[in-house]
Amino acid sequence: MTLDAAGLRTLTREFLTAHPPATTPREEFLGARFDAGLAWVHYPRGLGGLGAPRALQAVVDAELEAAGAPDNNPRANGIGLGMAAPTVLAVGTDEQKRRFLKPLWTGEEIWCQLFSEPGAGSDLAALGTRAVLDGDTWTVNGQKVWTSGAHNARFAILIARTDPDVPKHKGITYFVCDMTDPGVDVRPLRQITGEAEFNEVFLSDVRIPDAHRLGAVGDGWKVAQTTLNNERVAIGGARIPREGGLIRPVAETWRARPELRTGDLHQRLMKLWVEAEAARLTGERLRQQLVAGHPGPEGAGMKLGFARLNQEISGLEVELLGEEGLLYDDWTMRRPEIVDFAGREAGYRYLRAKGNSIEGGTSEVLLNIVAERVLGLPPEPRTDKDVAWKDLAR
Amino acid sequence: MSAQPDLLYSEDEEALRAAVRDLLADHCAAAAVLARVETDAPHDRGLWKHLAENMGLAGLLVPERHGGQGASHREAAVVLEELGRSVAPLPYLTSAVIATEALLACDTVEATGLLAALASGRTIGALAVPLSAGPGQEFTAVREEGGAVTGRVTGVADAGVADVFLVPTANGLYAVDAEHATVEPQTSFDRTRPLAAVTLADAPARPLAADATRAASAVRRALRAGAGLLVSEQLGVADWLLTETVRYTRERHQFNRPVGSFQALKHRLAHLWLEVVNARAVARNAADALATSSDDTDIAVAVAQAYAAPVAVHVAEDALQLHGGIGMTWEHPIHLYLKRAKADSIALGTVGRHREELAELVDLRAP
Repeated sequence: MTLDAAGLRTLTREFLTAHPPATTPREEFLGARFDAGLAWVHYPRGLGGLGAPRALQAVVDAELEAAGAPDNNPRANGIGLGMAAPTVLAVGTDEQKRRFLKPLWTGEEIWCQLFSEPGAGSDLAALGTRAVLDGDTWTVNGQKVWTSGAHNARFAILIARTDPDVPKHKGITYFVCDMTDPGVDVRPLRQITGEAEFNEVFLSDVRIPDAHRLGAVGDGWKVAQTTLNNERVAIGGARIPREGGLIRPVAETWRARPELRTGDLHQRLMKLWVEAEAARLTGERLRQQLVAGHPGPEGAGMKLGFARLNQEISGLEVELLGEEGLLYDDWTMRRPEIVDFAGREAGYRYLRAKGNSIEGGTSEVLLNIVAERVLGLPPEPRTDKDVAWKDLAR
Repeated sequence: MSAQPDLLYSEDEEALRAAVRDLLADHCAAAAVLARVETDAPHDRGLWKHLAENMGLAGLLVPERHGGQGASHREAAVVLEELGRSVAPLPYLTSAVIATEALLACDTVEATGLLAALASGRTIGALAVPLSAGPGQEFTAVREEGGAVTGRVTGVADAGVADVFLVPTANGLYAVDAEHATVEPQTSFDRTRPLAAVTLADAPARPLAADATRAASAVRRALRAGAGLLVSEQLGVADWLLTETVRYTRERHQFNRPVGSFQALKHRLAHLWLEVVNARAVARNAADALATSSDDTDIAVAVAQAYAAPVAVHVAEDALQLHGGIGMTWEHPIHLYLKRAKADSIALGTVGRHREELAELVDLRAP
């Protein structure tokens, strides 16, 4: 069997014959798919993959989808699939890979991320959650924030300070944290939309076996960078149709409700419509570059563009609605399972979009990254690089 | 929506770009352009001979059976990107794109003959309409009577170097040799694409299209291709300005630091980069739509013009500011690019006109 598109198609069809989706229970089907190496084909054999080119996953997915096979509900485990798994694969021990990857992929175990802290946002490397080793067990104390899915998660990827006497990037270690530990306290963090997508996580004498450390002691920052880079590679998969984003509800309202139209709103709508279409075409161009095997630097800017557009478009939508823009659908505090920026009504979209320029890197930090890494402009002079973490201003 | 557009550059297109860039590096230095546009002969005829005749690039849009290269708008767009990067004073957009596209849409022996002449580069053609005219506009400044045309058109780009004018009238589209026209140069804001007034007094005219309907559609098609490919020129202008400004801010020191290390400047430059990235996507989309005669062409061209025209102006204005005092001097070439970008934002329809057209096309009608 050669690992080209035709070979994988055959393999997938054989698998479907042996495990008919219609009569195979979901958990059993997903477990068998993992064992057959069709979960993520670019992973090694025995760990859900076949060591095939990553791009060929699309061939497998298309066959499975056409056969009506269940998927692993990837949106419910974005941190696990996008960040934890590639990190475990890159730096984990054989035992860690065997223990964590299969239930992660099937969705049996959901993962969350314990990175940001109240005192460490854009400057994540300044984090202060402490981990102290005693024998073969670490004791962890601190507070994490902006943790989505913490209340459903079985495990977390955690970065904590293990050496306060060296500069901040050097004294961090990367762990797998068991979220069922009695020292883990998850509290919903209510946002301006009224709901709580995220949590605060308080860690009080949480016990982590040294066997759950990912990578070497003190290498946590480097390990985290691997994961973040991996996240960037993953974008650009899906084609977006014209009017595919937040511009759609505005355009639909415009068409359906002539009584709301004014000349000023029309000018602004058309300007934003054009910008949304330009951003869509840039996304499509990036996707074509990835398919051709030549990823361009354009990816670094996609999030910046979408954050600003989402905010301007949703702001226009509220204004377009006039009197209805003065209303809100529901302020009830709830914990949504899946976040949809375009879900609910205009007021929600407007408020939720405010987070787009903060989450996953603030626009200000991303602009620095574009300026320094893409354009090659010199960095600002730094005052924190060679100072021990314990001596930093805070 | 039609098939997915190809938004990348092919290897052949990159090779073409390299060849044109080499030629321009040797023959189109900024200082030389600046000196040339101050003379009575602002166009670079020597460079045109290299580009149009020797390299055969005037005939990119023309099928081989009519003496052209049988290439497409995608390749012509790459040429225009490079010409934009050098603000080259050449009649490429006007002759090899707009006039050529009009002739491609005509159906007479006269048109076919002229098409071959333009494709060779030895004859330069110009559509006798104001540079500001966009697709869909009607032209009545010149009237035809008994095989001769009379009227006056102002703001005709590259008219000073044209050998033949394609003249739209209510009755049809006509070819008029330059020797039968009076061409008066106008003092132009963008001297790298100089304008002139063309006066025709009972000038002998040869019909190019079988009837007035076909003539009108040929003119519309020509201006649409012009607007769609002008975007690639605007992209080239913006790309050069951004590259040059990044280079300058890395080298220029104030306060014991490169000025490009200050966040206030870095953020501005990063924003400009984002705009240029988007401009490249819309430019490729428009060129590909024109090349494949896509059903989506009207939308692709309107989107591209509405997006990229202000980008080129914005990048030029910020480039000037980020260069500080030197950018305000006559000797520094930035002003050539600013003037080209601003003129281009009016050429072939303003942003507002393209947005209005787009609103109709995508059913987002004005109140």
